[in-house]
Amino acid sequence: MKIVEINNLTVQYPDVKALDDVSLVVNQGDFLGIIGPNGAGKSTLFASMLGLNTKYKGKIKFFDKDIRKSKNYLKELGYVPQKPIFEKNFPVTVTDVVRMGLRKESDENKIDEILQQLWIHELRNRRIGELSGGQQQRVFIAKALVNNPKILILDEPVTGIDQQSIDLFYSILRELNSKQKITIIWSSHDLDAVNQLANHVACLNRTLFFHGESEKFFSDDKLVKQYSEASMQEHMHHH
Amino acid sequence: MSFEILTFSFMHRALISGIAIAILCSVVGLFLVLRRYSLFGDAIAHSSFGGIALGLLAGVYPLWTAYGVSIAGALIITKIKDRYNISGDASIAVLLSSGIAVGLVIIGLSGGFTIDIFSFLFGSILLVSVDDTILILSLTGIILIVILILYRQILYSTFNEEQAKVSGIPVEKINYLIVFMAGITVVTSIQLVGVLLISALFVIPNVTAIMYGKGFKQTAIISMSFSIFSVIVGILVSYVFDITPAGTIVLMAIGLLAGTMGIKSAGLLSKN
Repeated sequence: MKIVEINNLTVQYPDVKALDDVSLVVNQGDFLGIIGPNGAGKSTLFASMLGLNTKYKGKIKFFDKDIRKSKNYLKELGYVPQKPIFEKNFPVTVTDVVRMGLRKESDENKIDEILQQLWIHELRNRRIGELSGGQQQRVFIAKALVNNPKILILDEPVTGIDQQSIDLFYSILRELNSKQKITIIWSSHDLDAVNQLANHVACLNRTLFFHGESEKFFSDDKLVKQYSEASMQEHMHHH
Repeated sequence: MSFEILTFSFMHRALISGIAIAILCSVVGLFLVLRRYSLFGDAIAHSSFGGIALGLLAGVYPLWTAYGVSIAGALIITKIKDRYNISGDASIAVLLSSGIAVGLVIIGLSGGFTIDIFSFLFGSILLVSVDDTILILSLTGIILIVILILYRQILYSTFNEEQAKVSGIPVEKINYLIVFMAGITVVTSIQLVGVLLISALFVIPNVTAIMYGKGFKQTAIISMSFSIFSVIVGILVSYVFDITPAGTIVLMAIGLLAGTMGIKSAGLLSKN
């Protein structure tokens, strides 16, 4: 079953074409890793899929419905941003944050359940701003999962987080996809992690230059080399 | 200090209205403070000055014109801010000075300052009528009910607009709603502390409460308690010593803030 279908997506910013004719299908149960250098258009792609950017050409469908026509798909979607921005002393506890994600007030038990599942139950009465990056990230995953979404979208979610938390985070993702059958779309810089976790890979650099099973990508040395060179050039460019 | 003052009906009205306004300002103010909109209350209050002057000139009850001008001013400035990408603090400065400018010109046209203007500038809580008290209680009730119903949406869009949008919350509508409620709250509170000290009630109890490191509901309750305490003690003390209630109330709130800062520096506030 098709969960997401993107057809000929083009986003033109005043000075640059951020996405050029990108087409992509994500099926139920896919664990898709989107890789690409900085400025490759990953964030623009996500913003368009999430309804935050509406100035695009082409068509984006979730569950066979054009997202320009219906926002209902957002109910089935959990989103974990790259680095959630909030005031450090914002007076909300972990439970308060997860509750924000909850659609029905009656599902209060679900909060405890999800906090336990993500190993942050003992932090539930702590303020979000007091926690480490890794702990905060798990809180935001809990918030994204509290409505039992069918699809989870994560934007480079390991930036600035310690290795132990990253490992825990990856094992959580693996379990969500394999046991709970949640479709995952995840953008990452970490090629090794994508190799280990994702079953599909999309290589983006304004255009989509590969999309398919991750085995195919990682067994093709030429593709991996091409990707690495593209990232390296970006890297040099940025320094 | 004799307890005789508690038997006066004007004192009953002052305390009842004062407590309602204390609760209202602390709740609406908490969202403004968290949105980095602390001075917005001040800007609305200053624009209400133009509305009050207009009412006095036209011979209409000044608070009615103040409601109209303040709410319209607040909504228009929010629209302009979004449309022309003006920063929050600059838009506050625009709203603030336009209100005062309009007020001054109208006062000039009507032949200069009167006693009435001063009571609006500095508050006149001991003079609230029965009708005023009913109006204050009704508006407080309505706004608190709206906030209670939309609590999750308002908090979420205050915490992180982008994520709230992705969760399907109509963030822009919520923003306008908050501005609208802030407009009503400010004008309603003018009788207690006057145009010049409004933002004190919006900001000080909330800044104090946030220091206690608690979650959202507890922070709101602490803020309300401090706000109510400042208003009750402020009104009574000012009456006994025959000083201005507005100034006394705000000094009480500042005292609680200073005390909290002291406790915090002494390391007596646990992190959790």
